[in-house]
Amino acid sequence: MSLSSPNPRPSAPVAAPIPQAPALTPELLISMLLRGGVMLSLSLVAVGMGLTFFHHPDYFSSSTALERLTAPDHGLHRLTDVFQGVLAVRGQSFVMAGLLVMMSVPVLRVALSLGVFRLQKDRVFVAITAAVLALLLVSFLVGGVE
Amino acid sequence: MARQRGCARDAGEDDARRVLATPFNFVALVMVVSVVAGLLGSLLGLGGGLILIPILTLVLKVDIRYAVGASIVSVIATSSGAAAAYVRDGLANMRVAMFLELATTAGALTGALLAGVVGGRGLYLLFGAVMAYSALAMLRKLREQPTRATEANDALADRLGLHSSYFDEASGREVAYRVRRPLVGLGLMYVAGTVSGLLGIGSGALKVPAMDLAMGLPIKVSSATSNFMIGVTAAASAGIYFARGDIDPFIAGPVCVGVTLGAFAGSRFMTKLSSGWLRALFVVVLLWVAFEMLRKGVHG
Repeated sequence: MSLSSPNPRPSAPVAAPIPQAPALTPELLISMLLRGGVMLSLSLVAVGMGLTFFHHPDYFSSSTALERLTAPDHGLHRLTDVFQGVLAVRGQSFVMAGLLVMMSVPVLRVALSLGVFRLQKDRVFVAITAAVLALLLVSFLVGGVE
Repeated sequence: MARQRGCARDAGEDDARRVLATPFNFVALVMVVSVVAGLLGSLLGLGGGLILIPILTLVLKVDIRYAVGASIVSVIATSSGAAAAYVRDGLANMRVAMFLELATTAGALTGALLAGVVGGRGLYLLFGAVMAYSALAMLRKLREQPTRATEANDALADRLGLHSSYFDEASGREVAYRVRRPLVGLGLMYVAGTVSGLLGIGSGALKVPAMDLAMGLPIKVSSATSNFMIGVTAAASAGIYFARGDIDPFIAGPVCVGVTLGAFAGSRFMTKLSSGWLRALFVVVLLWVAFEMLRKGVHG
């Protein structure tokens, strides 16, 4: 694979990105993280949707309720609001908590990749992955400041 | 439906809408279209937002701001759900993905920040233009069949160890491929990331050609890798949308659940569709969407 590489390395982890062992490969680990995160997120969203309709039976019949619900700027856009809403067993807060879990899944995936590349002693990809992680964290900080 | 104000419609239609327009029916409808969007999106290597945003805005009359906010989260869901399977099957190239995510996340940040500046009509026009471009690029590729020379050596791609192989179910054998022009890919991915951040789509429509046409990855690997990258790209702009209040749980919740279910079903079909089929389907969908969104952008 890296025949034309200027400095061939004997163990060359760079050239063999997919280990064939049936054990816990990085691919399998990442696959499990993605699956688990999505399932947790969806469970929270589903519970939240259930709670919403349980608390508001009029949502099955009233059209004014829809207009109220879809009116602009009834915002739920602060982490503390979401957290307090979850403690108060509010349906929409559960949904939002689920959505926030979903948003954090890719960030965790990159963090996990960083660990994998460090174990493989792949310096170039440790640097690349760290930069991607930094950009993700910056985006969440920028969002909080705005 | 309720978000469009001052919309003059005839009384009969208005009455019919009022009967149907309960929160429960709205949620159910959003969920059904989300399942369809997720299924198609996954088959095409897109985030699903490409199909979802036009339906939310054109059919359900949701404000494009909230459509984008709901879509960006569902895009993460689609990517993560489908990618879980692609990664396990070794179809997604994780090294290529991580390398290109440098550019897509930087682009997504740029896009999400720009979205506050660009107006609604501007977003529609950009959306239409992006789709039309994507469709034409794929159409050109459809004619020249895959007798492509992959012998070219690329020093940077060698150094980064980007080359790999995948198991092709259609032919039943392992197919090795070599990657070229990673820097061109990086540049294109910055653009794709910006578009993703602006429009709340995964912009797989831009990512797939960038890998397929520019970097020489096989179409199935491009689709799978694109799906894998999309989540990280979307997460980079989702935080900004959340803080801005553009993610409305009432819409984003059912969208997220529906799209994930659809994408899960789609990832089961993925390797079984032959590439020609995939491309033809891709082109038809994109052209239709492009036309509708451009029209909306022009007429306001």
